[in-house]
Amino acid sequence: MSERKHPARPEGAIHVRSSSVRTSPALNRDIQTKIGQQLRAVYDDIVDQGVPDRFVELLRSLDRDPAKVTKEGAGGEGAKGDEDPTE
Amino acid sequence: MSGDPSVRDAMLAAVPSLRAFAISLSANVDRADDLVQETLLRAWANIDSFEPGTNMSAWLFTILRNLFRSEYRKRRREVPDSDGSYADSMKTQPEQSSRVEFEEFREALAKLPSDQREALILVGASGFSYEEAAMICECAVGTIKSRVNRARTRLAELLAIESIEDLGPDRELRAVFSGGGS
Repeated sequence: MSERKHPARPEGAIHVRSSSVRTSPALNRDIQTKIGQQLRAVYDDIVDQGVPDRFVELLRSLDRDPAKVTKEGAGGEGAKGDEDPTE
Repeated sequence: MSGDPSVRDAMLAAVPSLRAFAISLSANVDRADDLVQETLLRAWANIDSFEPGTNMSAWLFTILRNLFRSEYRKRRREVPDSDGSYADSMKTQPEQSSRVEFEEFREALAKLPSDQREALILVGASGFSYEEAAMICECAVGTIKSRVNRARTRLAELLAIESIEDLGPDRELRAVFSGGGS
């Protein structure tokens, strides 16, 4: 007399879970591939611009006179001390 | 001390991808270029702490990321420049339909939490290994992996939702979503 009860059948839970998954695995793979391609497209678009002149100049002058450039380049905030109050 | 041409060349070679990373972090080309400049200056000033033979690019990315983080903390609220800044930086103007996709993708990318976005870009676009990305972001390899996964999932959701709503101009994409497939 094994009366089998199913007090906690998980069916309901499974049902809920499966209906909340909207994308099929195949669709998902499609999207993932697309994401990879688009990510690289966005990124490579910038990479393909190469090195803007300002950075070529910067490194060239660092080579020549590192102390001077470092002061000019990194001292942006300190330069506020030069404000002329008489303007 | 200074004037090592190989160091300078290695830095120059890293500039294009540093810019791409900086733009993806700050969503603003001018700010990104300032970040790159600051990165190069820091790197040059601290070149003694660079271990020759290790990955110069990863080292520079680490510096740039730290600079961005501290600047971000200072500013507190991020004000991403709306449209334009990104698009203006584009060298090539893609065709109309792919242009729309391009924009949609960038918008979706911008909606990701920044830690997920940077992980995805480092691994998916910059070509770093999970280990290198973990070094750059100063976290565990497992953390990078889960951030990348979450980023991909979230992007897929964002793009799927947008495409279904728009029924965009891309027929192939529409066919995929209507279950046509192959």
